[in-house]
Amino acid sequence: MLFLLAVVIGVLYGSAVYLLLRRNIFKLVLGLIFLGHATNLLLFVASGLTSGYPAFLRNIAGETEMMADPLPQALILTAIVIGLGVTAFALVLVYRFYSVTKTVDLDELSENE
Amino acid sequence: MESVILQIAARHMRPLLIILSVIVLYRGHNEPGGGFIGGLMLGAAYILYAMAFGVGKTQNRILFSPINLTALGLLIALLSGVPALLSGMPFMTGEWVTFFANSAFELKLGTPLLFDVGVFFAVAGMLMLVMFSIMEE
Amino acid sequence: MILILPIILPLLFMVILIFTRRWLFFQQAFSLLASIGLTVLAALLLKQVYIDGATTLQMGSWPAPYGITLISDLLAAIMLLTTSFVAVVVMIYSPGFIDRERQTAGYYPLVFGLLMGVNGAFLTGDIFNMYVWYEVMLTSSFVLIALGGSAEQLRGSIKYVTISFVASIFFVAAIGILYGQAGTLNMADLAYKMRTWENMPYINGALMLFFVAFSVKAALFPFFFWLPASYHTPPVAITALFAGTLTKVGIYTMFRFYSLFVVQDVLFWKIFLLVIAGLTMSVGVLMAASQFDIRKILSFHIISQVGYMVMGLAIFSTNAIAAAIYFTIHNMLSKTNTFLAGGLVYQRSGSYDLKHLGGLYKTAPFLALLFFIPAMSLAGIPPLPGFFGKFFLIKGGFEAGDYFITAVAIAVGLFTLFSMVKIWNEAYWKKAPDGETGNGKVGTSAIAATAVLAAAVVLLGIFAGPVMEISQQAAIQLADPYHYIEAVLNISSK
Repeated sequence: MLFLLAVVIGVLYGSAVYLLLRRNIFKLVLGLIFLGHATNLLLFVASGLTSGYPAFLRNIAGETEMMADPLPQALILTAIVIGLGVTAFALVLVYRFYSVTKTVDLDELSENE
Repeated sequence: MESVILQIAARHMRPLLIILSVIVLYRGHNEPGGGFIGGLMLGAAYILYAMAFGVGKTQNRILFSPINLTALGLLIALLSGVPALLSGMPFMTGEWVTFFANSAFELKLGTPLLFDVGVFFAVAGMLMLVMFSIMEE
Repeated sequence: MILILPIILPLLFMVILIFTRRWLFFQQAFSLLASIGLTVLAALLLKQVYIDGATTLQMGSWPAPYGITLISDLLAAIMLLTTSFVAVVVMIYSPGFIDRERQTAGYYPLVFGLLMGVNGAFLTGDIFNMYVWYEVMLTSSFVLIALGGSAEQLRGSIKYVTISFVASIFFVAAIGILYGQAGTLNMADLAYKMRTWENMPYINGALMLFFVAFSVKAALFPFFFWLPASYHTPPVAITALFAGTLTKVGIYTMFRFYSLFVVQDVLFWKIFLLVIAGLTMSVGVLMAASQFDIRKILSFHIISQVGYMVMGLAIFSTNAIAAAIYFTIHNMLSKTNTFLAGGLVYQRSGSYDLKHLGGLYKTAPFLALLFFIPAMSLAGIPPLPGFFGKFFLIKGGFEAGDYFITAVAIAVGLFTLFSMVKIWNEAYWKKAPDGETGNGKVGTSAIAATAVLAAAVVLLGIFAGPVMEISQQAAIQLADPYHYIEAVLNISSK
C-alpha cells in the first residue's frame, strides 16, 4: 500500500509539473489541482498509515480499541478546503482573463513592453 | 440552456438537498458529515437551480446574496467563540447544552455546532459566489 | 485574552464591512477607526509583553502540545504594532487615491481579511495553524491584487496566484514530513523534541522545504521573480500595503523557525543563508538599477532589502538580530512611504515612468519632501532610521567576523543610494519634458497619510535608541529558544 501510494504521489507530482509548464492557462489550473492532491496524499502517507481502523473511537465501555491518528485526516481536510478555495478563485481569475483578452495562451500573457 | 427535465429535477431536488444538508450538518459532530460538506450540498442545491433557471432568477429566490451569506457564516462562527469568553475561559472553549436527555429526541446543542453552522453558511455562500460569477453572461 | 483580539477583531470588522459595502463614507471612516483601534491594541500587547515576557493563550482550553497555542513574544508584538500602523496609514491614504468602483467592490473588507491573516501568522504557535493564516492572508491578497480586473492586473494575479499556491504546497509537504517525524505540530513542542530526542533524520529536508516556501513569500534570491511581475499592477495603495506587510510575514516566520528549529548542521544553515542574503541584496539592487518605472524600481528594492534582514538572521548574534529587527521596522515604514509618495507623483503627473516625469521639485516642493525623507532613509543617510539599521547590521557583521557579507551590504547600500537619487533626479530635479508639466489633482487624504508616515520615519530615526533597546530585548528572547518553549509548555529545564 505504501509503495503504491508513493508511486501515485510521484505520478501526480509529475503530471502536475507537466501541466504547470503548459502554455494553456486552463491546464495551469489543472496542474494546481493535481499539485494539491499530490501533497494531500503526501501528508497522509508521511504521517503514517493505519489500515482497518477508524479515526475515532466508539464509546463501547471497557473495550480498548485501535484507532488511526485523526490529526492528519483533519489536516488534510483543512488543506482540501483551502485548496478548493484557491482553485475556485484561480478558475474565476482564468475565466475573467479569458473574457477580457480572448486568449488562453500564456505566451500572450507576457508583457509587451 | 432550457431543459424541461433539468428544470423539473432542479425544482424538486432543491428542497431535498436543503433538508439533507441540514441533516449532514447536524450529525457532523460525532459522525461523518459536518459544516463543510453540508455547506457544499446547500450550495449545490442552488447551483443546480441556477443551471436550470439561470443565475438572475435564482438570485431573486434567495434571501441573502451569496456574499452576505458568507459574511453571515463568518459572523456566526465568530460568535460561537464568545460564550466561552463570557464564562472566563479561553476563546472557543466548547460549551454544550443537552435537551431531552436520554429520550428518543435527545438534542445536543453547543458552540462547536454553532461554529459548524457558521462554516455551513460560509461555504455555501462562497461556493455560490464563485459559481454564479462564472455562470453569469 | 488580549492575544485573541488582534485576530477576531479584524474578522468582525470584515463582516461588518461586507454588510455595509454600499455605504462608501461609512466604510472609509469605519476602516480608519478600526485600524487605529487595532494599533492601540497592538501597543497594549507590546507593553504587556515587554513587562511580563512572552504571553500565551491555549485556544479552546486544550492544553499545549494538543491544542492550538497563541503566543506573543516581543518580536511578534513589534511586528503586530508596525503592521497595524502601516494599515492605519494606508486607510488614510486610500479614500483619496483608489477609485470609487474598487472601494465599493470590497476593498475595505479585504484589507481586514489580510490583516487577520497577518496577525494570525504573527501570533500562532502551531505550524499548521500558521499555514492556515498564511492562506487567509494570501487569499485576501489574491482578491486585492485582482480587484478591478484590468487585463494587466489579471496577468499579474495569475502569476502571483500560481507561485503562491506552489509555495503553499511546499509548506504543507514540509508540515507532513515534520509531523511524520515528531508527531506534533506545536512549534514549542517540536523545538523541544528536536533538542532532546536522539535522532530525527529528515529534519533538514523538511526545513529546506520550509525555506523554499518562506523565501517565495519573502522574495529571496532564487524565488523573487513573481514580485516585480505582479506588485506593480494594482493601485499603489494596495502595493504599499503588500510591501509593508506581506513579504515581512515571510521574514518573520523565517526568524521564528530559524531560532526554534535549526539545531542540526547550524554551520551549513548559516553559510547557506549568508549566501542567499548576499545574492538577494545584490541581484535585487542591480535589477532595480535598470528600471525606469517608479513602482518597479521600488519593487526590486523590496527584494534587495529583504536580503539585509536575512543577513542579520544568518549572523545570529544578539546584536545582529536586534539590528535586523530594527531594520525590518524601518523597512516596513520607509518602503510603504516610498510607494505612497510614488502614488502622489502619479496623481500629480499621470505617470510612473521616469522618462515622462520631471520638475516636480519646482512645482510641488512638499511632495518632493515627502518622497525625499523615506528615499534617503532607504538609502541610509544619517539622521534617518535606514542609516541606523544598516549601521547596526554592519557593526554586528564585523563583530561576528563575517567580513564578506558585510562588505556586500555596504556596496549594496551605495547602489540603493544610486537608485533613490535616480528617481529623485528624474522625477523631481530635472526639467520637465516638453508638454508634460502635469497638474493632476492630488487627494488631500493621500498627502496627509504620506506626511504622517514620513513623520513616523523621522521619529523612528530620532528615537533609534529606545526602539533599538526594545529590539535588543526581542533579540535576546529570540536567541534563547527556551524562553519560547517554556512559555508554551511550562517545562523548566535547561
